Amino acid sequence: MQNAALEYDYTVAKWFTYLAIIFGIVGMVIGTYIAFELAFPGLNEVFGQYGTFSRLRPLHTNVVAFGFTLSGIFATFYYVGQRTLKVSIAESKFVHGVAKLHFWLYFLLAALMVVSELMGITTSKEYAEMEWPLDVMTVVVWVLWGMAMFGLIGMRREKTLYISMWYYIATFLGVAMLYLFNNMEVPTYLVTGMGKWYHSVSMYAGTNDALVQWWYGHNAVAFVFTVPIIAMIYYYLPKESGQPVFSYKLSLLSFWGLMFVYLWAGSHHLIYSTVPDWMQTMGSIFSVVLILPSWGSAINMLLTMKGEWNQLKESPLIKFMVLASTFYMLSTLEGPIQSIKSVNALAHFTDWIPGHVHDGTLGWVAFMIIAGTLHMAPRFYKREIYSKKLMEMQFWIQTTGIVLYFSSMWIAGITQGMMWRAVDQYGNLAYSFIDTVTVLHPYYTIRAIGGTLFVTGLLMWAYNFYKTMTSDKVLDKEPAFASPMGA
Amino acid sequence: MEAIREWQAYAYFFLTVFLVVMLYGYILHLYRAEKKGTRDYEKYGKLALDDELTDAPVELNEARENEKNENKEQS
Ligand code: HEM
Repeated sequence: MQNAALEYDYTVAKWFTYLAIIFGIVGMVIGTYIAFELAFPGLNEVFGQYGTFSRLRPLHTNVVAFGFTLSGIFATFYYVGQRTLKVSIAESKFVHGVAKLHFWLYFLLAALMVVSELMGITTSKEYAEMEWPLDVMTVVVWVLWGMAMFGLIGMRREKTLYISMWYYIATFLGVAMLYLFNNMEVPTYLVTGMGKWYHSVSMYAGTNDALVQWWYGHNAVAFVFTVPIIAMIYYYLPKESGQPVFSYKLSLLSFWGLMFVYLWAGSHHLIYSTVPDWMQTMGSIFSVVLILPSWGSAINMLLTMKGEWNQLKESPLIKFMVLASTFYMLSTLEGPIQSIKSVNALAHFTDWIPGHVHDGTLGWVAFMIIAGTLHMAPRFYKREIYSKKLMEMQFWIQTTGIVLYFSSMWIAGITQGMMWRAVDQYGNLAYSFIDTVTVLHPYYTIRAIGGTLFVTGLLMWAYNFYKTMTSDKVLDKEPAFASPMGA
Repeated sequence: MEAIREWQAYAYFFLTVFLVVMLYGYILHLYRAEKKGTRDYEKYGKLALDDELTDAPVELNEARENEKNENKEQS
């Protein structure tokens, strides 16, 4: 049987998109709430133990990273993967089945993660908070994704893997390696009979634990917040603008550069700690070298728009993506600066660090996921995007939110760092801790307002997406490049 | 201690040289392959644009085609 009307099957991509929207809103509402808590500590007491900063902060980081971002990555993978390999996932019942199982098991895992962390069950390792039973489940989910990915690749009509696929494969391999090593843990009950059945302790101790943890922690940033997001922009920006990537060779070179350099930069989280000095220096140096491959990709994206800058004015989708690559450049310059030892002495433990984290995650990660999902919507439902105006408004509101977030944190962080270090002529500390807290209050408030604006934009995104699904402006065929949008 | 430091310095130097050679070697390889005509990398940029199922593949995956033909012959 030759099926005449073979089509791409977006079922799983759609499911993951819905999750990305839901987790995006949940994760960032929590983020905004904890931002308000820092400004107005009374809020810690509103929901008993479940509302304290210490309970909600890991929930925020896990939901946005492993709920929102991963769902976005999977959604775009099941879309971009099929299209650039020119194969429909429905051509193989097995691969399609694996992809569906991947979704449902992931959904269950994410739900368990939220519940267990809300109950305060955690390993206390940053970004690796899930306890061992969930870690085992994570491995299963990851293997399923790998099976679906390599299954698709095995069936492909297109011989060459597009650069986005390289980045998705790197995400798969990178996270697999990091996750396994950092989550080596001993279930205490099974081994010693002590503690609850789900508790565990790390297999590494002291400085070794810190080293493995930040090798993991930083590369989680690499392989969850950077590599797969580059995969997205290499597909969606050229496709939406109708321009092939400026230099394919540069994309290959940046790929290998990024893969090689990123893995060595993690020890910049441990400068002036008890790890060997040479390792701190190595982390610093590799962080600075990292500017090159990062900017290689970002500049490649901006040059892709060469001669087509009018699109920036006309299309809010292009706005999201161009601003995303600009924010990518900003954070990949800022990070290396913070890794320089003398700068780190000032910046470490201050609010400048979350400031840096969020110009990357909001400006780059969230913007790319929003742009990707809105580009897919008309293809998913064969309908026009509901409202261009709403998208424009969302863009400006969220951009304002991001600017408020990082500018307030820059000022807060540097003020804080300077005050901690200030000494009088005899070497006594000039300020006590509470002095810094008092000074920082307005900046914390500004950050929380920035977060509120960003969440407002997310609600507009969800609304626009929902209205697109149910709109009556049906398209007779999939749009080739620029996504059609209603007024 | 001194010996280790010396060893580190040599290792550092040669590693740097090695990496620089690798990097420039790869760039050279990319441009050379294009010049000699063994590969046209830039055409892969089209993979993102011409991605309909009905679009002709930029480079057909022959392994798949062969497999399909074999299956047909068997059945
Ligand atoms: C409305 C948007 C958001 C708001 C208001 C927000 C707020 C916050 C706050 C208040 C913290 C704690 C900072 C501290 O401990 O001093 C935090 C930490 C963090 N957030 Fe967000 N967040 C938002 C979105 C995101 C997104 C989209 C991501 C990732 C995709 C993200 C990733 C993180 C990470 C990784 C940390 C830990 C930073 C560190 O340890 O230095 N956030 N966020």
